[in-house]
Amino acid sequence: MLRRITLGALAIGLVACATYASFYIAPEERTMGAIQRIFYFHASTAWAGETTFFVCFVANLLYIWKRKPQYDWLGVTCAEVGVACITVVLITGPIWAKPVWGIWWTWDARLTSTFVLWILYICYLLLRTLVDEAERRALLSALFGVFAFIDVPIVFGAIRWWRTQHPAPVIMGGEGSGLDPIMKKVFLFNVLAMHVLAVFLIVERYFLEKTKHDVELLQREAEAR
Amino acid sequence: MPAPPERSIGLQFDQVEKRYGAVYALRNLTLKVAAGECVAIAGRNGSGKTTLLRVAAKLVRAGRGTISYTGGASNCRPTIGFVAHATMVYDELTAEENLLFFAKLQNVENPTKRVAGLLGEVGLEDRKDSLVRTFSRGMRQRVAIARALLAQPSLLLFDEPGTGLDAESGAWLTGHIGKLRDSGCTIVMSLHGESETARLATRAIRLEAGSVIADTRHGAMFQAIFAGAVN
Amino acid sequence: MALLSNAAALLGKEVRTEFRSRELLGTTIVFVLIVVVVFSFTFDPTTAESRRFGPGLLWMAFLFAASLMLQPCFLREQVNDTLSALRLAVQDPFAIFLAKIAANTLFLLLTELLMLPVFAALFNASFATQLPAILLTFFLGSVGISVVGTALAAISAQARMRELLLPLLLLPLLTPILVVSTEVTIRLMQPEPYVEWKGIGLMAGFDAVFLTVLWLFGEYLLEE
Repeated sequence: MLRRITLGALAIGLVACATYASFYIAPEERTMGAIQRIFYFHASTAWAGETTFFVCFVANLLYIWKRKPQYDWLGVTCAEVGVACITVVLITGPIWAKPVWGIWWTWDARLTSTFVLWILYICYLLLRTLVDEAERRALLSALFGVFAFIDVPIVFGAIRWWRTQHPAPVIMGGEGSGLDPIMKKVFLFNVLAMHVLAVFLIVERYFLEKTKHDVELLQREAEAR
Repeated sequence: MPAPPERSIGLQFDQVEKRYGAVYALRNLTLKVAAGECVAIAGRNGSGKTTLLRVAAKLVRAGRGTISYTGGASNCRPTIGFVAHATMVYDELTAEENLLFFAKLQNVENPTKRVAGLLGEVGLEDRKDSLVRTFSRGMRQRVAIARALLAQPSLLLFDEPGTGLDAESGAWLTGHIGKLRDSGCTIVMSLHGESETARLATRAIRLEAGSVIADTRHGAMFQAIFAGAVN
Repeated sequence: MALLSNAAALLGKEVRTEFRSRELLGTTIVFVLIVVVVFSFTFDPTTAESRRFGPGLLWMAFLFAASLMLQPCFLREQVNDTLSALRLAVQDPFAIFLAKIAANTLFLLLTELLMLPVFAALFNASFATQLPAILLTFFLGSVGISVVGTALAAISAQARMRELLLPLLLLPLLTPILVVSTEVTIRLMQPEPYVEWKGIGLMAGFDAVFLTVLWLFGEYLLEE
């Protein structure tokens, strides 16, 4: 319990410091001004989300192999935290785009792919609500999770190829743009903070899932008597 | 004709457990069926009979424990004949088409001849070109049994085979299972109550809440097992 | 090889049952037609722009039609529990998937080929010179839709609200196919057509990847 509280405090502390750094330590960007600072939050959350989905994928594979419910709990937990991260990315992207380009959405390759990624994991969570029996639900969602994760790089690749056929503004400066060294440090610190926050959320959500399972177990034993 | 005695196999369950959510369909089930035995399984609805048979056929994966087959060629997967509530044949195909299809899948030798022979055995040769959709329940059961026997199974599993059959079909079924038993095939069948079919068994088992609570080879005890009056 | 002979026998059964009832093909073709017509009400189909919208519209119609057509794939096997009979009979459960994928690809291709002249007439598109490339595109696209669709049909058959669930799961996963096949088809239907080999390669890659994933995980999809 103490460890969880410590983790929570650490996460909040790191995020607070990272936010401070994004606003006061990082230099102002030349062309875009203050709104560019949202990049630290936007991109680092995206990275945290992608890491979380990778952990979900590994949990899915482990469940299919070992069939331990703990892997299922980890899978659904990571999917939920991942969806939360990507929701933030999809909101901060347009917030950045509007002042800079004057429009909310530009069918930028990465943002469009991220949108599909978000929908895929929403589908994962939706599938889970439509299967009643616990083991069946765990297996089916694990299998869908594997399909979904393997599709992700293909989606990103296909949409990027598609956008090269129809050039359009690229949010957040595209692939090749470099970062000032201080900006880079602030960015990486944000990445760390977001990952720690994600880990904290995963741990808490995991214990929620575990408690739900323990309660069901107790209920079943009570009914058996 | 089912497998001759030397090809029939035994079945072994070791501490098998299967849960569906909160419910234990099979709990700590340990059971050994020798080759050539004819075992009748009694039990109320929900006692685990269907799950036991489906786990034995490897259609359902057990949560815990092992299921193994004893005897027979060790390198081959044993051929299992399964007759359940559902007919497991296609309504849109004729009886002959269904059997030929399953025969091809199981690499049966001389499929046409074997199918013709089986149709004769189950008394459906004059209806072989009719769609299964047009069959009565009794006739569908016959097709199902023919399907189960196609590849000369080493183990035959019946799940309440008499359900929905009229007296005539029921008598035919009992006779047929008797013939199979006499030829030495290993048979495990779940039955709802004591019936003609139950009397064919050499052993009776009662399941309750997924575990074996009674097991006897004494014919005199069978009635008690089926009535549920066991200690 | 046992896998291929099993798959061939299963494919024969799939085709025979479908051609006996013909309910699937008929409804799918009509549905694609309806989608194309209804969607063209949303823009002016007579302008040169329609040449750009047309292929995307066509592929979207195919995708929607497929998501309905794939529904009965495993539901049919639940009626009399024939799926259990198949699982007992075949050596390798992947044969069941191979056969269903082949059957679904065949039905989709038939639908697409029947729609092609209708589409060409409605949108004044010409593709006579590019017919082999169009067929290749349709084939690769149909295989991709069938592979993923058959796998998801197996999943949704075991869930509630399966009629809604299958399209819901299918469409996001098939985004790459939709995007790439549309681009390739646009290039094949423009005044100076050419084959976009990179797109063809992407589609073939998609098909290969998901066929492999299904080969690795298929038996778990059928598990009880």
